[in-house]
Amino acid sequence: MKRQLAWLLVLLAAAALPLLLSSYHVDLATRILIFAVLAMSIDVLAGFVGRTSLCHGAIFGVATYVVIWASAKAGWAALPAMAAGVLAATLVAALFGVLAVRTRGVYFLLLTVALGMVVWGVCLRWTTVTGGENGLRGQDMRPALLVARENFYWLVLAVAALCSWGMWRFVNSPFGLSLRGIRDSESRMRALGYNVPLHLFVGFAVSGFFAGVAGAMYAFFNEYVSPTSVAMAQSVAGLLMAIVGGVGTLFGSFIGAAAIILLENTVSWYTDRWQSVLGLVFIFTMIFAPEGILGGLRRLAASKGRTR
Amino acid sequence: MQPALALQDVVVAFGALRAVGGVSLTVPKGQRRAIIGPNGAGKTTLFHAISGVVQPTSGKVIFEDADITALPPHRRARRGMGRTFQITNLFPTLTVRQNLFLALRGVSPGKFNLFGHARPTAEEQQRSAAALSLARLEGREDIAVANLSYGEQRQVELALAIANQPRLLLLDEPAAGLSPSERAMVAEVIRALPREITVILIEHDMDLVLGLVDHVTCLHEGMVLVEAPPEGIRGNAAVQEVYLGRPRH
Ligand SMILES: Nc1ncnc2c1ncn2[C@@H]1O[C@H](COP(=O)(O)OP(=O)(O)O)[C@@H](O)[C@H]1O
Ligand SMILES: [Mg+2]
Repeated sequence: MKRQLAWLLVLLAAAALPLLLSSYHVDLATRILIFAVLAMSIDVLAGFVGRTSLCHGAIFGVATYVVIWASAKAGWAALPAMAAGVLAATLVAALFGVLAVRTRGVYFLLLTVALGMVVWGVCLRWTTVTGGENGLRGQDMRPALLVARENFYWLVLAVAALCSWGMWRFVNSPFGLSLRGIRDSESRMRALGYNVPLHLFVGFAVSGFFAGVAGAMYAFFNEYVSPTSVAMAQSVAGLLMAIVGGVGTLFGSFIGAAAIILLENTVSWYTDRWQSVLGLVFIFTMIFAPEGILGGLRRLAASKGRTR
Repeated sequence: MQPALALQDVVVAFGALRAVGGVSLTVPKGQRRAIIGPNGAGKTTLFHAISGVVQPTSGKVIFEDADITALPPHRRARRGMGRTFQITNLFPTLTVRQNLFLALRGVSPGKFNLFGHARPTAEEQQRSAAALSLARLEGREDIAVANLSYGEQRQVELALAIANQPRLLLLDEPAAGLSPSERAMVAEVIRALPREITVILIEHDMDLVLGLVDHVTCLHEGMVLVEAPPEGIRGNAAVQEVYLGRPRH
């Protein structure tokens, strides 16, 4: 009960933001929410299955491409375009899942890098559909009601809240527990009757679905997509947000996304070497706060609770 | 009566090394069988072949009249085979309760519940409580397995394997690394298992084994050296030579 109330307050506070912020900052907050969903989808695998993915940026980007293509080239309405984007991302994730489930550790990581490269290459070369380097631009993609940036922010907030709830339920479900079991010991899981690759496959597809939702929202937010959106840097940024927030905390992704995006926003006033700054952030996090911000806070709270 | 388990000339080779070099065994239903033998005799590898962790290079594994040689481990578990590991193999970040929950769901379709709560049903609760009580872990349910003592972790090993009441239970040195009093306790736990469960027990310590089982197989260099009831083992010259004459660990 107390917990539900706390979440309600957080949600209300987030909903009140557009009343206080400039329109520029509302866009920034919208971007944070979208990328928090991407980071959470990565955390579902990294934190609860022990599989670090570097292709979620590509899965995210597939949804963005498909939504903008369906809207701008095929003239679909917003809702079907969104559904098509999420479906495409989920299918791509399922395909990647089939290939990746039998690997782990550094092999899993490298395989996801390679798969992400394939998507990037396709987006770059299949110019008739993707526009190649120029990318795809959508126009007036949002329904009339969502043109105002406040309204769009509220929609994204609602979707992000739903996705968070969904992923939280997922990792805490019997199935989610089986994924944590696989993280801890695959051989024991097999001895107990679990078809480990099947569980990994489903986990990967579900995670990809949520990355796809984030990518579809990004399509309506940005109304433009280019190969940069499916590039490795996108995957790295998403993973970094999950790490800065705290791997395995799920909701830490909101903190991580906010930290990274606000930092990027500040840094870009002074330098255009954002990638180098991102690299430094990664190094500092690994050295000084390997549990991430939320992970560290939780540990502090736990040790306080013990001394009391 | 059909046997619980039959091995027909099972060979497991790792390159040139024949860890199991053609073992044939028949274990009747409800029997308690010990597999003894010095370190490196191939006992664990034989268990891996029975539970599906490794594929035999040749030979057949028959479980209750069905040829399961080609089945993956999870399918064997669903058919009613449970096992423990010589080297503790648990879910350290999860609580004892969650470890048990995973064991119980492993053989039921309830493991595919994607968004529901990970709460045991009344029946699962009861099975979990029974396994915990048999393994003497009452009161430890909410502790993360990583925070248990080594001895308690060995008890969780047993609890996970017996939670589903398998018809064939494979115990790989369940008392490995325990103190004498803990070993006696593990012996009690095994003794208290329902009689209808067929148990195959790998154990180094003869004194522990001989009072627990109906029949003993002694392995040596991947081959069956002697097969006899416990009374026939202690005095057996061949067993003494390969086994008792050597350092125990
Ligand atoms: N995966 C493996 N690869 C290569 N050799 C192995 C492997 N597993 C076991 N062995 C070897 O097989 C032999 C039997 O090992 P094992 O079955 O563990 O013996 P035991 O359990 O009787 O002590 C040993 O010589 C061991 O080194
Ligand atoms: Mg062994």
